[in-house]
Amino acid sequence: MSVAIREPGAVIEEEPIRSRRGLVWDAVKRRPSAIFGAMLLLLVILGALLAPVLAPYDQHQQVGPVFGHPSASHPLGLDDGGIDIVTLLMWAARTSLLVGFAATFVSMVIGGTIGLAAGYFSGRTDTVLMRITDYFIVIPDVPLMIVVAAIWGPSLFHIIIVIGILLWTSTARVLRAQVKSVRERVYVKRARSLGASHARIVFRHVLPQVAPLLIATTVLTIAVAIFDETALAFLGLGDPSRISLGKMIENAFQRAAISTGAWWAIVPPGALVAVIILSCSLLGGAIEDALNPRLRVAHLSARTFRLRTLVGRGSEAV
Amino acid sequence: MSTNGSKPLLSVDELVVRYPLNRGLVGSLARRPQRFVHAVEGISFSVARGELLALVGESGCGKTTTAQAVLRLVEPVSGRIEFDGREITGLQARALRPLRRRMQLIYQDPYESLDPRLAVRAAVEEPLVIHGLGDSKADRRERVRDALGRVELNPPELFLDRYPHELSGGQRQRVAIAASIVLGPELLVADEPVSMLDVSVRAGVLNLLDRLRKDGLGILMITHDLSTAARFADRIAVMYLGRIVEEGPARSVVNDPQHPYTKALLSVVPRRDPRERSRRQILSGEAPDAVRIPSGCRFNPRCPIAVPECREIDPALEPAGAGAGHRAACIRV
Amino acid sequence: MPAPGAGMSRLLEVEDLNVWFDLDGGRELHAVQGVSFELDPGERLGLVGESGCGKTTTVLGLLGLLPPSASVSGRVLLNGVDIVAGGEETIRPHRWIDIAIVFQGAMNALNPVKTVGSQIVEVLELHGLAEGRQARKRTGELLESVGIPRDRAERFPHEFSGGMRQRAAIAMALACNPGILVADEPTTALDVMVQAQILELLDALCRDFGLALLLVTHDLPVVAELCDRAAVMYAGEIVEHGPVDALYHDPRHPYTRLLFAATPDLYGEGVPASIPGAPPRLDVPLTGCPFHSRCDRVFARCLDERPLLRGLEGARSAACHLNDVGAEVR
Repeated sequence: MSVAIREPGAVIEEEPIRSRRGLVWDAVKRRPSAIFGAMLLLLVILGALLAPVLAPYDQHQQVGPVFGHPSASHPLGLDDGGIDIVTLLMWAARTSLLVGFAATFVSMVIGGTIGLAAGYFSGRTDTVLMRITDYFIVIPDVPLMIVVAAIWGPSLFHIIIVIGILLWTSTARVLRAQVKSVRERVYVKRARSLGASHARIVFRHVLPQVAPLLIATTVLTIAVAIFDETALAFLGLGDPSRISLGKMIENAFQRAAISTGAWWAIVPPGALVAVIILSCSLLGGAIEDALNPRLRVAHLSARTFRLRTLVGRGSEAV
Repeated sequence: MSTNGSKPLLSVDELVVRYPLNRGLVGSLARRPQRFVHAVEGISFSVARGELLALVGESGCGKTTTAQAVLRLVEPVSGRIEFDGREITGLQARALRPLRRRMQLIYQDPYESLDPRLAVRAAVEEPLVIHGLGDSKADRRERVRDALGRVELNPPELFLDRYPHELSGGQRQRVAIAASIVLGPELLVADEPVSMLDVSVRAGVLNLLDRLRKDGLGILMITHDLSTAARFADRIAVMYLGRIVEEGPARSVVNDPQHPYTKALLSVVPRRDPRERSRRQILSGEAPDAVRIPSGCRFNPRCPIAVPECREIDPALEPAGAGAGHRAACIRV
Repeated sequence: MPAPGAGMSRLLEVEDLNVWFDLDGGRELHAVQGVSFELDPGERLGLVGESGCGKTTTVLGLLGLLPPSASVSGRVLLNGVDIVAGGEETIRPHRWIDIAIVFQGAMNALNPVKTVGSQIVEVLELHGLAEGRQARKRTGELLESVGIPRDRAERFPHEFSGGMRQRAAIAMALACNPGILVADEPTTALDVMVQAQILELLDALCRDFGLALLLVTHDLPVVAELCDRAAVMYAGEIVEHGPVDALYHDPRHPYTRLLFAATPDLYGEGVPASIPGAPPRLDVPLTGCPFHSRCDRVFARCLDERPLLRGLEGARSAACHLNDVGAEVR
């Protein structure tokens, strides 16, 4: 007795569940905004990574006058030290992105663990962890960063840690909500009743379900991390030995670029920060959208269907 | 219809399960008395090997909670549960683990009980891995194939690499059953195993359960569908508001109901044959929630034959009707 | 509500209704394939079938509630007037006024932040039937007619039990006094006692108000209890149509017979049996009878030629070659 594999009629209702990688990929593929964001981000990352190779000049070498005007050989002009801005942009982006990604990683690890534990174990663990999270949410980010950076001393490592320990809260919350709902799914309960260990359930059943959301949140957090880094650097708390986008803006600001009229020292780094944040937001937002359960209310909306005039029996006219 | 007359496979005695109602912050501060949902209020029953007991009742009667308590997924307040002669009520997680192999739960929703990301092969193999059964990968594969064959997904090879979304509801439920029997359990608890399946598919799954029963498994089936219970169960226990109000051989309970609730319930079950429209006893209202249980017999507010004594006396199950072991809890029987 | 027997036309006549859904890749799903039936005032017609057979799509088509991916052909005559011909424009004036629907799970579709009474008042005001105090009075009447005490109008849906919410949904559907009520799986999620109450209510409404009922369900016994006639749907088409009594005692399509046989009954003898196989895909053209792969009486002609719904004696029809060759279907 052969049993048909596919059940028709349900073709409309059911959407095949794509693999975890496929879901994210699919979300990106379908939205032009996401593709745009992804391309931009890729471009910036490539530019930053290849700075040592691609940068037209040396980042420490003065190649012209202070605040030299943009010209053919220096499309974005020169900064307050006479250094080519295009070169600086590439090196600065390197630092900014590094801090952004690293801080995000730290916050993902902290937030992910806390969110997972709170959502999975519930009860007292959940309450305690969420109270801790609440305290961190309430702390004003930037003032704390300023204080810590000022006390601890500005170094790349310190900056990364400081940003990281303040960004994890939204990840924790989002993840907790998602983990809680997955935990209530019947197949998870089944695994528990079978006697599966917590580790098994988390790694085999829960994490794959929350991974796409984690990816979306990660991307969005990068945007915030980079902004925070820029802000810190601008306030003079960045690592003095390295150039970052925020530092570029700070340098220009300190050396009176505005009154000199040297917009090319301020606008490009600011624009690049904006571009990075924009591209992360587009990409992360697109993935997040794709994960929202689509409401099946089509039959409740009285939108117009189309009419067909046919000759002959319906089935033959197909 | 039980095969061996000795010890029952599962024995439940005076089981009580209560859930505290959430008082909220205000309630706690104002020290309002803690109220409870009296989900199960002292029930006793047994399931023998090779027997299918159907626990029937409407929503809120406590049948699902009973199933969960039997599997120790929910902690009873009091009462005794014995599995294969051994008490399991007080056991902790570690001691329960080997028992979990011997009793399995089949869920209502075939669309949710399988992890959508696992292929059939992995889904059926997982219990073996969790319990460390099977000497080798090949051995486990063999057991998986065997289990799929037993649930009539033939040839098994056709299904091993499929994902749940590629299967129909009936097939998914069979996979879920396969994943349950691959461990070789002795007791199956089936919670509404077919209510979410198409009618033309239900009989197949129920007949499968019947075959498993003939192989010696004991089955506790929770259902709200009296017709299904009438056709497939050996014995039926009717629950109302946390108590068993009538129990006995299926045929006996259905053809000769004793308790007024059972009678009313049976009278309103729609029949296939339009000519068979018996007098329907439609009770008014719905069952009260299990927080405020009526005093005396809990059915008395809705009972068509209630007398003043029914408000005072809480009846116990007494022998009634002609069938072997047929009992009803009603002072007017 | 139209007077019974007004003019020569029936209350509702559906002629050769077809519904297609657009799928990815330019393909189409032919969900409803040439469905026709009629309904008179006070009559109860059951539209029976399993998931995917097209019964819900059919009634959504009647009310013009299909999504933009749907295309429709055929005629839907309400008192002789084709309401589908002009699309949304011609259907809208009739929706809820002449033909209303209680959806599957309607009890869960009530707005949780508004009182039940106010939601019914809203319906009345939206359709211009009453306002203010008059609307509230009418609301009270409607609630009473479905067995809800009128002072409950001030309550919110979550304060009602499942059965009462379903009654409220029926009251909302009856607000504009339609002549036809479509009920899509009205009792599926309810306990058997509550189901009996709701079925009794529907029965009384049909009797006392001459309401015509189109009951869509997969549950044959419910149809046997409440309906006079039934149309059995399979793979998007009606395969048998006739009085419920005849369908049970003398089925003329193997699917009807097998479906009854698969349904457990309280007192009957014998064990229900499944129907092997699964319904065919509706996104590819079908040759032969859509049921042939699962039929226990299949013969050569069934594979090549699609049987048409043919009239049989006694106001019945069935789409099966066995009737042509005079063979017994049971």
